[in-house]
Amino acid sequence: MGRVDRRQFLKCSLCAAGGMILPGVLPNESILGSGGDASAAVAQAALSQVEARYYKKLEHKEIQCELCPRECRVGDRERGYCGCRENQGGTYYTLVHSYPCSAHVDPIEKKPLFHFLPGTQAFSIATAGCNLNCKFCQNWEISQVRPEQVRTYHLPPADIAAYAQESKSRSIAYTYSEPIVFYEYMVDCARAGRERGIKSVVITAGYINHDPWLELISEVDAIKVDFKAFTEDFYRDVCQGKLKPVMDALVDLAKSDIWYELVYLVVPTLNDDPNDIRRMSRWMVKELGRDVPIHFTRFHPMYLLKNLPPTPVSSLEKAREIAMEEGMNFVYVGNVPGNPGENTYCPACKRVLIERVGYRIIQMNLKDGACTHCGKSVPGVWS
Amino acid sequence: MGKSKIVVVRSSDVIRASGKVNTELLARTVEQGLCRLTSEEEPADAISHFYSPKDKIGLKVNCLAGRMASTHPEIALVVADLLKTIGIKDKNIVVWDRSSRELKEIGFPLNANGSGPRCFGTDAQGVGYSQELINYKQIGSLLSRVMESFTNVQVNLPVLKDHSLSGVTCALKNYFGAVHNPNKYHDDGCDPFIADLNQVPQIREQQRLVVCDALRVQFNGGPSYHPQWAENFGGIIVGEDPVAVDFVGYQIIDRIRRKHGLPDLEKAGRKPKHIFTAADEKHKLGMASLERIELVEMRI
Repeated sequence: MGRVDRRQFLKCSLCAAGGMILPGVLPNESILGSGGDASAAVAQAALSQVEARYYKKLEHKEIQCELCPRECRVGDRERGYCGCRENQGGTYYTLVHSYPCSAHVDPIEKKPLFHFLPGTQAFSIATAGCNLNCKFCQNWEISQVRPEQVRTYHLPPADIAAYAQESKSRSIAYTYSEPIVFYEYMVDCARAGRERGIKSVVITAGYINHDPWLELISEVDAIKVDFKAFTEDFYRDVCQGKLKPVMDALVDLAKSDIWYELVYLVVPTLNDDPNDIRRMSRWMVKELGRDVPIHFTRFHPMYLLKNLPPTPVSSLEKAREIAMEEGMNFVYVGNVPGNPGENTYCPACKRVLIERVGYRIIQMNLKDGACTHCGKSVPGVWS
Repeated sequence: MGKSKIVVVRSSDVIRASGKVNTELLARTVEQGLCRLTSEEEPADAISHFYSPKDKIGLKVNCLAGRMASTHPEIALVVADLLKTIGIKDKNIVVWDRSSRELKEIGFPLNANGSGPRCFGTDAQGVGYSQELINYKQIGSLLSRVMESFTNVQVNLPVLKDHSLSGVTCALKNYFGAVHNPNKYHDDGCDPFIADLNQVPQIREQQRLVVCDALRVQFNGGPSYHPQWAENFGGIIVGEDPVAVDFVGYQIIDRIRRKHGLPDLEKAGRKPKHIFTAADEKHKLGMASLERIELVEMRI
């Protein structure tokens, strides 16, 4: 565990351009060479002991987690699938409350959230752990490890809110790994941020049970869901999860007032079937409405899927075309800087509302949430 | 294909009334088991079937469930002493598991470079996990550097227990403690994850001998300790074939469960599927039927 003062921390965060700070598995440089008692050489893991929410106690010190659809039954001294919640004597604890392993100030467009306070910064944090295991995970070095296997910082919610304010971030983003697994910390940070007028955005796979999901929706200001695919096979074989709970979570979002956007990472040969994308688009139009933005983003070989090539840009453009044919109004191409599919177009007059290159905004033709060309109101949170 | 030989040695006195282990008797138990397994007269000759003085030997224990439901430290010390009789130096013997804290908690003497066998967890400074991911079948993991850099061959020293997810935890599941993310392998009764992990070349090639701690068998409610379901079985199970050791352990647990009026593991909904997967045509890690196992039962 590292200890930094606020000034050092902010300096680190703001200087680490283009990437997270603090990630990575503990380094191996200092071999057991000092002799004597090895206990002195044991890494001091920084783990919290804050009682988890959404679980029930069973007989014989077992518990059942009720946070996500896995609903892990966890024996005494064992952990759930996420690796960051532990049963200690029949009480379930989160081990990561106030111990993020990553923190950075990012453009909100990086999340990506294109219709939520464009051009602003998000103070972005993550802890170790995830309740899925996607073979293409870009951040597996923090999402697929246990909290004691990464460097952490002690940053209670009040400090997170203060850092966000000092860095002139308009929002706190819970991102990089899977914030569902640090639910308690996320909710506490959101409340601390709200006291300072700072919004909260959640970047998640949406693999969560109904009750904690509804509570989370009431605590934060925007959510981006990684919609991994539109087949159960993909969720099972590539992510070790299920599609249905994610669809249910999306319908919950549609019924709420919260702003949300979707990302669909297009993985060659695994979820790029145009028929599936068309079926998904039809489902979205019917269940979520035409105005929810969806970003078709480019896959790069990573983690356990290094055998596949990067997604051809033509596949992303085809997916975008299909979704627009089916009636979706805001369909983007992601991870392809300079592609016209990064821009927001007015659904009425078809002219450019927001021109982007990567995470930068080049021009913005919106005033009071409406197109400056034709006056059409554009859904989103603009100020 | 020949049979796998498995030896179960029991002594009713190996755990004293106080609950402490009779180390001298335990040493005889292990030695006689190994001699019977190898048909040798002398324990040193028996252990020489598996290890040579050039080896760097890991003693992989399971100490995740606290003092009462983990590998007894005395077994590791007995095996370490036996290895030293064939010329293996203390510095080339590493007793290990996931964390130093857990090793220490159940009574293993942590020792980085002092006299005696070394003992530390993967989380000790300077150890950690491999840089390269294992990407094999259903496995995507980092391997403990104890196996990668500190040792080249293992003595598998599991503890036999009932397990709420996999039915049985014994030799095969013990290697969950060798990777950084065992929590990712709990779905579907840990199957086929346990079998796949044991088939990973870095693990399969280091697996030589199992000396299973069945002194106190948690026959229900495992892997945590529950005194009402812990039986002083007073046994050890030795064999080369980890699948056969697990299969015999499975039979022992079911036998104890029946004695206590509990349903078999299969009827309880947790048949240890992984044992049979490990024996299947895709894995071929060992034998999982009585017809394919030469079972020797001894009492001291």
